[in-house]
Amino acid sequence: MQRFLLRRLVSLALSLLAASLAIFLVIEVVPGDPASYMLGLNASPETVAALRDQLGLNAAPPARYLAWLGGMIRGDFGISYTYKVPVADLVLQRLQVSLPLALYALALTAMLAFPAGLVAAARRGRAADAAVMGATQLGIALPNFWFAMLLVLVFSLHWQVFPAGGFPGWDSGLGAGIAALTLPAVALALPQAAILARVLRSALIETEGQDYIRTARAKGLTRGQTMLRHALRNAMIPVMTILGMQFSFLLAGAIIIENVFYLPGLGRLIFQAITQRDLIVVESVVMILVFAVILVTFLVDLAYAAIDPRLRRRA
Amino acid sequence: MTLLSVRNLSLSIGRHPILSDVSFDIGEGQIFGLVGESGSGKSMTALALMGLAPASARVRGTAQFGGIDLLAQTERQMTRLRGRDIGMIFQEPMTALNPMKTIGDQVAETLLVHRAVSRAATRTDAQAVAAEKLARVGLPTDRFPLSLYPHELSGGQRQRVAIAMAIALRPRLLIADEPTTALDVTTQAQILDLLRGLAADEGLALLLITHDLAVVADMARQLAVMQGGRIVETGATEPLFRAPRQDYTRRLLRAAEHRPARRPPARSTDSSAPLLSVEGAVRDYILPRPSAFAPHPLLRAVDRVSFSIRPGESLGLVGESGCGKSTLTRAILGLDPLQGGAIRLGQAPVTAGRTMPAALRARMQVVFQDPYGSFNPRHRVSRLVAEPFHLTGRPPDADRRIAAALEEVGLSAADRHKYIHEFSGGQRQRIAIARALIIRPDLIVLDEAVSALDVRVRAQVLDLLARLQESHGLAYLFISHDLSVVRAVTDRVLVMQSGRIVEEGATEDVFADPRHDYTRRLIAAAPKIPETWKEDADADAD
Repeated sequence: MQRFLLRRLVSLALSLLAASLAIFLVIEVVPGDPASYMLGLNASPETVAALRDQLGLNAAPPARYLAWLGGMIRGDFGISYTYKVPVADLVLQRLQVSLPLALYALALTAMLAFPAGLVAAARRGRAADAAVMGATQLGIALPNFWFAMLLVLVFSLHWQVFPAGGFPGWDSGLGAGIAALTLPAVALALPQAAILARVLRSALIETEGQDYIRTARAKGLTRGQTMLRHALRNAMIPVMTILGMQFSFLLAGAIIIENVFYLPGLGRLIFQAITQRDLIVVESVVMILVFAVILVTFLVDLAYAAIDPRLRRRA
Repeated sequence: MTLLSVRNLSLSIGRHPILSDVSFDIGEGQIFGLVGESGSGKSMTALALMGLAPASARVRGTAQFGGIDLLAQTERQMTRLRGRDIGMIFQEPMTALNPMKTIGDQVAETLLVHRAVSRAATRTDAQAVAAEKLARVGLPTDRFPLSLYPHELSGGQRQRVAIAMAIALRPRLLIADEPTTALDVTTQAQILDLLRGLAADEGLALLLITHDLAVVADMARQLAVMQGGRIVETGATEPLFRAPRQDYTRRLLRAAEHRPARRPPARSTDSSAPLLSVEGAVRDYILPRPSAFAPHPLLRAVDRVSFSIRPGESLGLVGESGCGKSTLTRAILGLDPLQGGAIRLGQAPVTAGRTMPAALRARMQVVFQDPYGSFNPRHRVSRLVAEPFHLTGRPPDADRRIAAALEEVGLSAADRHKYIHEFSGGQRQRIAIARALIIRPDLIVLDEAVSALDVRVRAQVLDLLARLQESHGLAYLFISHDLSVVRAVTDRVLVMQSGRIVEEGATEDVFADPRHDYTRRLIAAAPKIPETWKEDADADAD
């Protein structure tokens, strides 16, 4: 198990290094001058030269890469060109919204998907299965911003139980923060839960056909018992894969939902940085997102090994 | 005392009858054999008795078991009976256990599910009993801790775990559905011994389902022969073997012992140059490093193996799974490189990968075991059979040759327009042979090519192979774990153990007078129908 962990950690570090190099190359080295791009078409040559100097673009690319990498390791991501504040502060501030939102949405996703998937698989071909399959089909087909608007109409305008948008900050109390994130989290979770429920259902149905399920039934287990004690754990591998991908998506992919609810999250930060051509912010946020994705993949790999004893030795 | 009395068990799925009026009795502590070819309804009978038939199946009839009718029980009542009064084990030990749970937990589960009768209130109690039961089936805890996972055990060991699970609560009836079909002969002999011992010691009745007549002859006192969902004949085993009343039973018995008429290769070929020669072949596998900086250990799967095949000769290669048969086969076919020694076909060296010329590859073809997995289901037979033409270039008369190859193996030229799922297992194996034949190779490697076939189909395919060998002067390398088949169809035989050839000689000599200890053990372990039983059957047939 220790060797497994060590190997995974080495591969994690290498993936990060490779990703940082790719991002650096795309943004800084590929033809086109970042400084003139950031300043737009009407900038004077002097301004561009000044910015080049300020960004350190006159140094050789390898030196620039090492400086950038070293800065990130120290937690120094540079100063945002538009906001004039350190990128690290900016990102930390936004993560305080995006990370809880992603985790909240993920928890809701699992809470909705597991019962739905289990019921559908257990009652395969019956009314309950048809209902779950119909609902999930709808959940996948309808975009999450549409759910968001519907939720605002019902829960904010009609019943007035949750705020319609904005984020008061965690200073104003845990309850207020959670309340502000509830409708966005639900809107994000519904389509994701629909996907996950379907994945769980088909994984369970496939597992139910395995020989060891028949063996378990021959021991005297009921269908429900075989599903919970034998099928579910075996069906968790594809489910964990999807959950990992969903978390990565939720962290950065919530741009539309953040816009609908006026939430100062990471997604909006990237969107604004791109429109304002703030390459320093774009570069750093992309790197942080890549880090998050790789970290989640690492955790999913650990989860695989925890679930399946066969994977502990092999990897 | 009758333990189980089945009367007029019928089962249908949709409008298809699967079982019709199946009736038989099993006495307390008796070993009862249920034999038949695949699709005859043996397994479905067992599943119906366990209440595990598919949900869409309609079951009628009665099955009296200790005062209750199994077929009239509700699902809830059946869950109490299963595992407690009736245990069941299945064919595939590799997949019959949950890969994610320890063997201790899986055996203990039987006890915990039936907590009321097992008196195992806690997981610890249950684990203690599980340890005892695993020791009973030959897996003592000091060598096989309860914390092992199924993938850490061999097939035979896994089957023992499955048996421990099934007998943990001392059921009165154990249903064993082809329990040894997936195992090697020596492992099979051990598992059959274990089952026999359990029946004797624990007074447990055994319903033994198998396609292997020799296994039944060895084990069962009573037996029933099934065909097409009906029991065609039932009775005490010995009289039934000696004097089968039904024509079907007679044909089955004859097919099991079938030896195709073969002409031994002409003596003159003895001196001729070998067609295939293997000289000191070594094949190593690289294993994962034991620690981060240690060198990779090597597993020597084939260890300095030498032999040759003459043109037109049939050479057998026998040995248990893991002995290196398949690894050697892959090297001979030029699929994997050797780490030492050489393989020559004619005068040309056999090398792996692209370095081997297509013309050389065209002189060797192969037929694999699985008639279902070895064809692309989306291609028509004409395209499947024509596959080897990529080695020779497609000849102008390809269509005629496809038709001719199909006719040679007993199919019709019109079959080339069909897809593979339209054929039975035996027909598919014929198509595989047609595919091997179409470019007129000198050597065909038959890798367990008849192992998955029913006895009667197997007999036909063996006849076909013998006929083709004679007409085309083919050489065969016949790889099998089934000693009786190898004995029936080969001129010479190699016995392989742990990567080495331990014995080699003319087939009849090796079987009649095995020299090596391992060969002796293999031959002794193979179940046989007693010779004295056969004479009567033969006399009857003639």
